[in-house]
Amino acid sequence: MKLDLVIRELHRSEGELAHLLLRMSERHKGDHETYHVARDLAGWCHDHVRELAEAGKEHGLDLDPSHDVSVAERLREKAAERLGRRSEPGLLLLADLRQLYLAASEVSLDWEMLAQAAQAAKQRDLLALTQRCHPQTLRQLRWANARLKESAPQALLS
Amino acid sequence: MPYVDRIAEPWGTRTPYGPGEPWPVRVDSFLESGLRAQDVERWVQSATILHSNGDGLDIAVKDGRVVGVRGRAQDRVNHGRLGPKDLYGWQAANAPDRLVRPLVRENGRLVETDWDTAMERVAGRARRLLDEQGPSAIGFYTTGQLFLEEYYTLALIAHGGVGTNHLDGNTRLCTATAAAALKESFGCDGQPGSYTDVDHADVIALYGHNVAETQTVLWSRILDRLAGPNPPALVCVDPRETPVSRAAAVHLANRPGTNVALMNGLLHEILANGWIDERYVRDHVVGFEELEKRVRDFPVEKAARICDVPVDALREAARLIGTARRLLSTVLQGFYQAHQATAAAVQVNNVHLVRGMLGRPGCGVLQMNGQPTAQNTRECGADGDLPGFRNWSNDAHVRDLARVWNVDPMDIPHYAPPTHAMQMLRYAEEGSIRFLYVTGTNPAVSLPELVRIRSILGQERLFLVVQDIFLTETAQLADVVLPAATWAEKTGTFTNADRTVHLSEKAVEPPGEARPDLDIFLDFARRLDLRDKDGAPLVKWGDAEGAFEAWKECSRGRPCDYSGLSYARLRGSGGVQWPCDDEHPDGTERLYADGRFWSDPGHCEDYGRDLVTGAPLSDIEYKALNPDGKAIIKAAEYVPPHEEPDGDFPFWLTTGRTIYHFHTRTKTARAPQLQRAAPEPWVEMSPADAARLGFTEGDLLEVATARGAVRARLRVTSMRDGVIFLPFHYGYWDRPDGAGPGESPGRAANELTITQWDPASKQPVFKTAAARVSLVTASSGAPSQAPTTAASRPVSADVPATAGGADAQAEEVMR
Ligand code: SF4
Repeated sequence: MKLDLVIRELHRSEGELAHLLLRMSERHKGDHETYHVARDLAGWCHDHVRELAEAGKEHGLDLDPSHDVSVAERLREKAAERLGRRSEPGLLLLADLRQLYLAASEVSLDWEMLAQAAQAAKQRDLLALTQRCHPQTLRQLRWANARLKESAPQALLS
Repeated sequence: MPYVDRIAEPWGTRTPYGPGEPWPVRVDSFLESGLRAQDVERWVQSATILHSNGDGLDIAVKDGRVVGVRGRAQDRVNHGRLGPKDLYGWQAANAPDRLVRPLVRENGRLVETDWDTAMERVAGRARRLLDEQGPSAIGFYTTGQLFLEEYYTLALIAHGGVGTNHLDGNTRLCTATAAAALKESFGCDGQPGSYTDVDHADVIALYGHNVAETQTVLWSRILDRLAGPNPPALVCVDPRETPVSRAAAVHLANRPGTNVALMNGLLHEILANGWIDERYVRDHVVGFEELEKRVRDFPVEKAARICDVPVDALREAARLIGTARRLLSTVLQGFYQAHQATAAAVQVNNVHLVRGMLGRPGCGVLQMNGQPTAQNTRECGADGDLPGFRNWSNDAHVRDLARVWNVDPMDIPHYAPPTHAMQMLRYAEEGSIRFLYVTGTNPAVSLPELVRIRSILGQERLFLVVQDIFLTETAQLADVVLPAATWAEKTGTFTNADRTVHLSEKAVEPPGEARPDLDIFLDFARRLDLRDKDGAPLVKWGDAEGAFEAWKECSRGRPCDYSGLSYARLRGSGGVQWPCDDEHPDGTERLYADGRFWSDPGHCEDYGRDLVTGAPLSDIEYKALNPDGKAIIKAAEYVPPHEEPDGDFPFWLTTGRTIYHFHTRTKTARAPQLQRAAPEPWVEMSPADAARLGFTEGDLLEVATARGAVRARLRVTSMRDGVIFLPFHYGYWDRPDGAGPGESPGRAANELTITQWDPASKQPVFKTAAARVSLVTASSGAPSQAPTTAASRPVSADVPATAGGADAQAEEVMR
């Protein structure tokens, strides 16, 4: 069985998604909805990382249950504030949302693979894990998509 | 004749009644000193405008001036009663400092000019920006105080003519969550209940709704039930002690930011005890399983711990609500302006859905609003919706609106939800909105984080138009100021929080050159030469009644159907509740009496949103819920607040109103009785916190958050420990510096509030911020000047009671 491969990959990609969300939050401090919601959504990734680390033990993996926040901390920058008054932040936001959408899609696909395999292998706990977490990934995905749709016209037409 | 000081006794004399009995009539009136009823030359029909209750009244006119008001005995809403703001507030329109001529900015200063010059500047700038950048440069920020006819005209101009998606109002601060919660649960906006539910209810649950101060006449109705036989039991959720909590059987003073946890706990208990109407749920509701799943891991013990309320109190509240036979629930800012606003308000709807308590006498939900005409911004599409509760993401609805307006559907922006107010401010901050037209509201005091707001509105590159009746803080920042007529100086209709439509007739001429808002909009449209798709003028009416007739057509067949109404029908009436059409010629008391909802995918106003992320659902996702005529139960996970007290800022700060003032006091401070009753801001704190910090009543304190600081005198009240409260009414227009704090310490509560909003309703969070408090100067013994009559009642017996004195004697006539 190669379930451990998928778990390890998901653990990595969820951590990366958390990182992207936190970076997004920091970069767009002046865009208050993005700032707050992105942080809430990063919280979901942290939950997933913890749960994956727990599940990984069953499959002989030793994964870090906490996402490394220091990377995000280092990104704390005044840039967002400085950018606040120029018109580029709109474009930067679009670029970040686009990247976020793609990253969340990858995570979503990984969850799908894991769910399929867990079902085939009759691993109930693992299947339950995917059923808890994957819907939240889909909500993260929809959020990125919706924000992109809302923000694109103003950013591109002004 | 009995006279009562209605400052000292805001709710007047009791007229007790029992369940199912008619509420007795009590006619309240107040006239300019020295005048008696027989001196009045004319009485002109209208309704109240300093809150959302919509009480019918008549305006007294003598020598071409308004000289007083009298409640309308036959009105369904108030049965003759008026609140203190209505009795005294009309005097503001007679104030000597009304705006009477247009102003334009010349060399940095506002100077008087004529209408033509002012309007040419406004239209000229709009035209130039349309050429240069297109409609994305133009934003409209309106209010909850114009008339229906004015909103509808503005919606047509903005969405159908200018073609901008940026039209919203300060109702975003007030009623956005009410609308969002109704859309989520029932597929469409529209108040299910009626004020008459008070007459029948055996349990009334008030969630974050200090009705005693926000809708005083509705509270009088509840007080009269409480004073009569078989009174209802009240459940109150509020961190402050208020007149409501004092009268309640159970008071849950939960920790700020925990409303969703509280509701989850209540619903857990209701479900666990089987207090559900299974048949109703089966026949009329989808999504019950989602609720079961969400509240499963939320036993009352857990909820009580998160909310920091006694578990027995939570259980008792659940028992009262769960076993009520006629349950009325009301919700307001304690939920709407708080963390997870929509998710919490939706849970109140869920209580009624699982208990099958909708559409029958006494069984209603009132998702309230605060402003007199907030309901109309929602219907007419001046608030970030489309007119007639049409769905912006349903192409058929957009086509239908385009038919009504005779424009191309592509001319109506619907690529995304209409831009909400906070986002408009963000676009102005970024510089992509370059023209902002503000009508009848004062964002420089009412929006959160005022340092930021002042700097956005004060930008050189933003062309700011302000249309108002006084030179507000916002008007002082404007490039053009347009003097408007107000209530009693123009004709129009408006609709209260329980869907009651009133006609308000012109009683007197506006002062100087001031004009009705409608006339100003029409002038603007003419100057922009807005056309329909056949080249005819886009706006096809020239007066209020014409606008109303056009609106009737726009609303026909929609849930808010006005087609059976007319000015003639409203004249002399006691208010009519929409929908009013051929089928319901007398209006409709309660929505959803048949258990059918406006949720069919082809009809609904909205496909809903993710309550945590705020992302709109697509039509496909919505259809998958299979709502088709059924109500929708939605539930969200509890998420902790984004800003919580910590070492530096150990207190929860919450802001709110007092009974004597409206908004930023532009009107109420100009009514002497009201201004004297609450002349300056104060800060409330619990006795334990005050004792711990060594503060006493009347000390001058500084309250600070990460965003700013204000000063106010301390009022020690029976508040929840760890929470402080500031009223938000006090800005700067009546201080020397005018537009802002200048060099002196601030006093507007919104210097302190956080820029953050509920992702689903986009309503800003005013109820949770982390603050610290320090002493500036100790009191010499004088108490703070906070009113003693309502929520700011002092714990100390030494504070003199608030009274209005000789010139506040109002008449009460019982019938
Ligand atoms: S004071 Fe509050 S409730 Fe009243 S209109 Fe303003 S925001 Fe709404």
